[in-house]
Amino acid sequence: MKGPVTFYPGESARGPGASFFKSRASRRAFIKGVIASGAVVGSSTFLFGSLGGCSSDRPAVGSIERLISLNVNGQVRRVDVLPNETLAMTLRYKLGLTGTKLGCDRGECGACTVIIDGVSTYSCSTLTHMVGDRQVRTIEGLERPNGELHPVQQAMIDELGPQCGFCTPGQIMAAVALLEVNANPTRDEVRHALSGNLCRCGAYDHYLNSVMRAAQGA
Amino acid sequence: MSKDMMPMFELYQPTDIGNALDLADKFGADGWKVAGGQDSLDWIKDRAKRTKVVIDLTRIADAGLRGIRETTDGIEIGALTTLTEIEENELIKERFGLLASAAAKVASPQIRNVGTIGGNVCQDTRCWYYRSGIDCYRAGGTTCYADTPEAMNREHCLFGADRCVAVTPSDTGPALVALDASMVIRNADGERVVAAEDFFIGPDVDIERMTVLQPGDILTAIRIPNTWAGASFYFEKVADRNTWDFALVNIAAALRINNGRIEDIRIAAGGVECIPRRMTVVEDIVRGSAQDDETATLAGSSASRGATPLNYNHFKIPLLENLVTRAIRDA
Repeated sequence: MKGPVTFYPGESARGPGASFFKSRASRRAFIKGVIASGAVVGSSTFLFGSLGGCSSDRPAVGSIERLISLNVNGQVRRVDVLPNETLAMTLRYKLGLTGTKLGCDRGECGACTVIIDGVSTYSCSTLTHMVGDRQVRTIEGLERPNGELHPVQQAMIDELGPQCGFCTPGQIMAAVALLEVNANPTRDEVRHALSGNLCRCGAYDHYLNSVMRAAQGA
Repeated sequence: MSKDMMPMFELYQPTDIGNALDLADKFGADGWKVAGGQDSLDWIKDRAKRTKVVIDLTRIADAGLRGIRETTDGIEIGALTTLTEIEENELIKERFGLLASAAAKVASPQIRNVGTIGGNVCQDTRCWYYRSGIDCYRAGGTTCYADTPEAMNREHCLFGADRCVAVTPSDTGPALVALDASMVIRNADGERVVAAEDFFIGPDVDIERMTVLQPGDILTAIRIPNTWAGASFYFEKVADRNTWDFALVNIAAALRINNGRIEDIRIAAGGVECIPRRMTVVEDIVRGSAQDDETATLAGSSASRGATPLNYNHFKIPLLENLVTRAIRDA
C-alpha cells in the first residue's frame, strides 16, 4: 500500500494529487521543449520573471553574449544564460538536469556539488558564464550508456548509503571527484573529501561505507 | 533563505589585465570584482550589498594572475591561484608549509577548489549584523549593533575596536603576515607593492574597508621572500565546526630555532582584531630564549595584554593565550 500522497503515472486520479503530478510532468516536458528552441523558459517566471532579458529593469547591454555553449555530461548544449545566473539554476531550470539539488544556495551544504574539469564545485556558487568551455559533469552523467550505474552509485545502493536521499547526488559527485584522483583512499581521506557535503539525516558513516566499497571494487 | 535569482547585474569578462583595470577604473565602486565568487555571490543573493556591475577576473590570462613561480628571492603566487592549488603545491609545502596548512583549513573542499588566495585575503568580515545588510558603521551608518549590551558578539574582537568590533575572517592572512609576504596591487596608474602587514587595515584607518584596496585596484599577486623558507612553523585554527566555519581564533607562527634557542620569530593571530594581529610583544619576549614550556607560557600570557573583551567573547583571551603557548612550544 502506497502512502496517501504518492501517485504514479497511470494511477486513477483520486484527489488533487494526481492532477498535480500530471501538471508537473507536463511542465518538465514543456521546459525541455523550450530549451530545445533556445528561448527563455516561460514556466520559470517565478525565478527568472521580472529579471528576464526584455524587462525594463535590466541594465544596459553588458559585454557578454547571453547565448552560450555549455559542455555538460559530454554534450554541448546551447543555452540562453542571464549574467546573474548560477550554474545550479542553469542545470536545473534551463537544461532539466534536476538531479543536482539546491539546498542552501549559499555554498554551505554541498547538495549542488558538480564536477567541473575534474574538480568538485558548488554549482550554486558558480556563475554559469564563468564556466566557459570547461566540462561539467552532473549526477545524470555518471551512468554508462548501457544503463550500468557508476561504481559509487551502485555502492550507495548496496550499502544503503542514503536515508532521505536529498544530499546524495552531491555526496556522490564529491566521492567521484575524489576517486578519480585517489582510487584507493583511506576512510579518513574519504571523510575529508566529503566534508563539504552536509547530510541532515546524519547518514555520514553509511556514505563512507559506500565510498569505501566503491573504492575497493574499482 | 531564498533560492531565487540574484538581482540583475551586468557581467564583464576581461581577458587581459589592461582591460580589467580599465573596467575597474571606469565603474569604480559600482564594479564588483569576482574571482572564485564563493563569498561575493552570497552578498548579492542576500541583498546585503548591491552591485550594478560584476567584473569576472578569472579569464585574465596575463600579468601572472595564475600560478606559483619561483623568483630570485622567494616565490610569487598569482592572486587567482586556488587554495587547493596552494595546499598541494610542492614548492609551498617545502618552503612555506605554514601557508599550505592555513589554506588547507579554509572553508570546505569545494570552496578551496574554487576560492582563491586573493579572494581569501580580500574577503569582507563575517559580523552578522553587518552581513544582514543593516546600516551599521561599517555599512555607512552610525551604530555598531555588535557592541551593545544585548548584542551577540561571541565572534567579535578583543583588540583595536574603533566604533566597529568586526574581525578578520581570513586563515591565510595571519600566515602571510607571519611569513612577511607582500601584496602586488595594480591600478590604472601602475603597480605598487604593500607589505601584508600594511595591506590589512582596521576601522581606525577606514571603517568601510578591510584592506588598502581602492575600487580601481586589483590585487594581482602575493610575494613571499625566502627569509622564512624552511623555518619551523605552527598553524592552528579553532572554530566551532571543522568545515566551513571561520576561525574563532587562529594562530600562525614562523620560528628560527637553533640548538633549542629561538633566534627569531614572527607570529600573528586572526579572529581577534579587524586585521591579522601581529604580536610583536610575544616576539620580543621569546626572541633569544630557549624553546621550552617556560618561554611558551610566558609568551602566551603576554599575548592578551591590552585586550578589551566584549560581553560574550571573554573566552577568546585564554584561547589566544593557549594558542600562542602551543605555537611557541610545538613549532
